[in-house]
Amino acid sequence: MQSSMWTVIVQIFPYAIAFTIPLLITALGGLFSERSGVVNIGLEGLMVIGFFASALVISKLELALPDIAIGLGLLAAFIAGALFSLLHAFACISLNANQVISGTAINMIAGALTVFLARNMTGSGNILIIHGLVRRNVPLLCKIPVVGRLIFTQTYATTWLVLAILLVSWFLLYKTSFGLRLRACGEHPQAADSAGINVYRMRYIAVMVSGAFAGLGGAIILVTYSGEFTGTVSGLGFLALAALIFGQWKPLGILGATFFFGFASTIANVSQVIPALSRIPGILLKNFPYIITLAVLVLSSKYSQAPRAVGEPYDKAKR
Amino acid sequence: MKRVFGKSFITALVAVLLGLLAGAVLMVFIGANPFSGYLYLFRGGLMTIERVGNTLATATPLILTGLSVAFAFRTGLFNIGAAGQMLIGGLCATAVGLTLVLPKPLLLTVMVAAAILGGAVWGLVPGLLKAKFNVHEVVATIMMNWISYWTVYYVVPAYFKGAYLETESRKISEAASLKVEWLTGLFGGSYINLGLFLALISVIVIAFIIDRTIFGYELKAVGFNRHASEYAGIKANRSIIMSMMIAGAMAGLGGATFYVGYASNIQIGVLPTQGFDGIAVSLLGGNSPWGVFGAAVFFGMLHSGKGFMNAMTRIPPEIADTIIATIIYFSATSILIERNWDKLKKRAGGAK
Repeated sequence: MQSSMWTVIVQIFPYAIAFTIPLLITALGGLFSERSGVVNIGLEGLMVIGFFASALVISKLELALPDIAIGLGLLAAFIAGALFSLLHAFACISLNANQVISGTAINMIAGALTVFLARNMTGSGNILIIHGLVRRNVPLLCKIPVVGRLIFTQTYATTWLVLAILLVSWFLLYKTSFGLRLRACGEHPQAADSAGINVYRMRYIAVMVSGAFAGLGGAIILVTYSGEFTGTVSGLGFLALAALIFGQWKPLGILGATFFFGFASTIANVSQVIPALSRIPGILLKNFPYIITLAVLVLSSKYSQAPRAVGEPYDKAKR
Repeated sequence: MKRVFGKSFITALVAVLLGLLAGAVLMVFIGANPFSGYLYLFRGGLMTIERVGNTLATATPLILTGLSVAFAFRTGLFNIGAAGQMLIGGLCATAVGLTLVLPKPLLLTVMVAAAILGGAVWGLVPGLLKAKFNVHEVVATIMMNWISYWTVYYVVPAYFKGAYLETESRKISEAASLKVEWLTGLFGGSYINLGLFLALISVIVIAFIIDRTIFGYELKAVGFNRHASEYAGIKANRSIIMSMMIAGAMAGLGGATFYVGYASNIQIGVLPTQGFDGIAVSLLGGNSPWGVFGAAVFFGMLHSGKGFMNAMTRIPPEIADTIIATIIYFSATSILIERNWDKLKKRAGGAK
């Protein structure tokens, strides 16, 4: 019994990680934005933008430049996400618009615009890429017992990229003056301003980081498990937002929360072929992550670590 | 009060014009003629009495989801869960319609009540979580959206499976449909149904609650300033719960008008886009019930005309969604419009 459980875990682990990584990078982007004081509910749309940009670039270039097409696609998604997020930044930071409404508009524009353009190009509105990323074993490390088998075998390069970004983000936010300033803008922008920090500029940077990361998240979906632009990331951006709150606005918390979502969703997806799980009704397994999220939010609401000024436009006059 | 209405009306109008302009730019970008594009779009929505009926039928669920979002907004709550509430409402109505055998008027009453109840429960949960545990309603309603998505995904194939397809329910009988012969006939065989009247009644009732009752006044007070309203003796928690529940009920009713009115069965694996369009409707309508009505009819026309436009030109139908989304962005940034409007007025009117 125990050995069969082990086989199951070994089998589903790569899928769980593949599902976790786009969520993780998107939620990390949300972390920057919310830590600076701007709610970014447009993560879903920004992921779609990255999903589209990478599909466009890769499908156009993969025959001519087979070696670097995927890399260029990821880069394009990164840039496209950052640029598109400027719409949100401009509305929220420069015009004091309602951040939730602006984010909703971002989601709607991204979803409609990309499918509009894709349909104009391909007719069906889907963009197929021929080659995705190849799974590789990490040399040497994959030989380590247990851990090697779970984490270092059959991995995507993007997984390591995102984990590296996680590390850098943690360092940036907690160990540099830039990070301290950024977090100050989300906690008490008036105080930050009086200390000489340009709140508007910090928030612009943070929102653009969130756009770039979410765009990258969308591109990773394409080059790992999807292989085709379909016009939607089916709510993963919203899930990333929930993971951000679930993870209490902390990099490690986000890692845990996104991995929980990744693992729970994968289990729900493969439950039919695992005898131990196939007895549990699918409706329960599928709803499990959402119900747990609600439960965790209820339990953690007393100690919520939300940035104090998140969602509030910065009003200089309040100083 | 009149002046405030005038200003928000002008803002909405400018947002619409800017949205249409953005749509025109996109049409040019893909090499199409925007004039013929819009001509076909509007003709597709209004050209015949049947198409007018379809426009109204498309607008019906939008009126109700728009009311849902607008009502919650008045209490300072952002109901992003109208899609899930609508879906659950549709499931409840379909379930009753496929199970009970009753005379049409009675059956429809039970179905509509079931839809309202289902939507209300789906709104009640985020309301309770917000009031009692301060869980942000945006996240809670998003979670509820997915819970309703997966509930429908499993309940429909298990209990109401269609004859051929696993992915949709059986068709409801004629007695269980909000479509009635005289109305369909009046509009030349369109999708229009009794849901339109339910939506109109809802607009009137919600307008009355918001503008003419103490309850509505309390809801608005909580929306303006929760702490101040509590200090004045209003039970803010109760208002939040009631507001979300009524918002959910409206969206649930919208689900009935769509799944057993416009359509005659329910699909799995789709969150209805009307739920999210409701946000757009509410925003463009300035969160006022009659504004919602107008905005919903306008969006209904865009949606019902886009198919005709797509057939007559090579412009993809997503142009309608793009226009709507752009309008929302310009509504959200309405401060820009207002600022420039004031500047313009100053320049034109001098002292005024």
